[in-house]
Amino acid sequence: MTLEKEAILRLLEEVKDPEIPVLSLVDLGVITAVDIAVDGHVTVNMTPTFAGCPAMDYMKKDVEQMLARHGISHFTVRMSFDDPWNSNKLTEKGRTALKDFGLAPPPTYDLILDLDILEYATCPNCQSTNTTMRSPFGPTLCRALHFCNNCHQMFEQFKPL
Amino acid sequence: MKREAIKDLLYKIADDQLILGHRNSEWTGLGPILEEDIAFSSMAQDKIGHSLAFYTLLHDLGEPEPDIIAFSRSASRFRNSQFTELPNGEFDFSLIRHFLYDNAEAIRFEKLSTSSYAPIAKVATKLKGEIKYHVLHANTWLRNLGSSTEEAITRLQNSLNTLMPYALGMFEPSVHEQELIATGIYPGEEKIKAEWLTKIQQVVAQTELTLPDISSLPPMLGGRAGQHTKYLQPLLNEMAEVIKIDPTAEW
Repeated sequence: MTLEKEAILRLLEEVKDPEIPVLSLVDLGVITAVDIAVDGHVTVNMTPTFAGCPAMDYMKKDVEQMLARHGISHFTVRMSFDDPWNSNKLTEKGRTALKDFGLAPPPTYDLILDLDILEYATCPNCQSTNTTMRSPFGPTLCRALHFCNNCHQMFEQFKPL
Repeated sequence: MKREAIKDLLYKIADDQLILGHRNSEWTGLGPILEEDIAFSSMAQDKIGHSLAFYTLLHDLGEPEPDIIAFSRSASRFRNSQFTELPNGEFDFSLIRHFLYDNAEAIRFEKLSTSSYAPIAKVATKLKGEIKYHVLHANTWLRNLGSSTEEAITRLQNSLNTLMPYALGMFEPSVHEQELIATGIYPGEEKIKAEWLTKIQQVVAQTELTLPDISSLPPMLGGRAGQHTKYLQPLLNEMAEVIKIDPTAEW
């Protein structure tokens, strides 16, 4: 059975980040390419958010299972750094999903990831930008800990990278 | 031969990351405060992930699978600097090592991101963003503790004095140094060291600490040639405990 690229992407929309179940892998930006060869072979290219992220193996398996479940028998899912992930790859839909989940989305930036961007976060609870980074390391590799000086709540941010 | 030079470079980078990653993981459950427990555990995960990326490049060049490379070699075949294998000591000791190591690592990744060897450049381009968080963490703690109480300053200064000769061992030149420089693969240890000294001096200058005069410090060399302290082999034994009991185990 052969599927259009758009149909494959729609399937992958259903695969979620195991640690942030409202965020699809497509919106997370870890699906870098979907190719369908003339013989119907499907290749999905993926790239890790953080190189040491233990969830990446699960995401790869989830993609493979989703393809197999929909009758695609010839496929390859590749993980590589060819088109490396950065937080600008998060889609607008993904950013909204993060916010609804209670995580501050990373600010978008131009080219250089400098210290100001690393430490900047908007509180997902009260939208204040009067916040302080408490630790660059949180419960997962992709999250940092911040404190909101306005509503006096700790919150987590999906790190800019 | 260029291929041998690249392998040597990959081994020393990946081995440093693997060994320091394991040392970092020894803080899990023991950090002085919860945030630091989490920070060192996260950095352990990052570093071991980074070593996996470089071991994968070695595998692409014909070396064994990453798990085999990581867990089947004896100490004399490891190319990490002695600096990374020293036991954690107390928090001040680990913090100073973290500060000295990660400031160098950030420069190394920045340089490697423009390496003429494309596979290294791709990995380094990715990792140079991640390492910024390690540097931010180290520099913040150094600035805060390095200008706080007398006890903190004395402890950090003692650790800095002890660790500086070992840190200089990171820049032990390899036999392939000239070839790596000439082919644009790696700018060479001397260049990284010079930029590193400027960088760490900038941070140390914002504290009550003093950087030891390195002109009179003999660097602790040998790690890059497989000469290690008595601390490495027990660490490797512990790392390989599961794979030795059951090579097919998944964990």
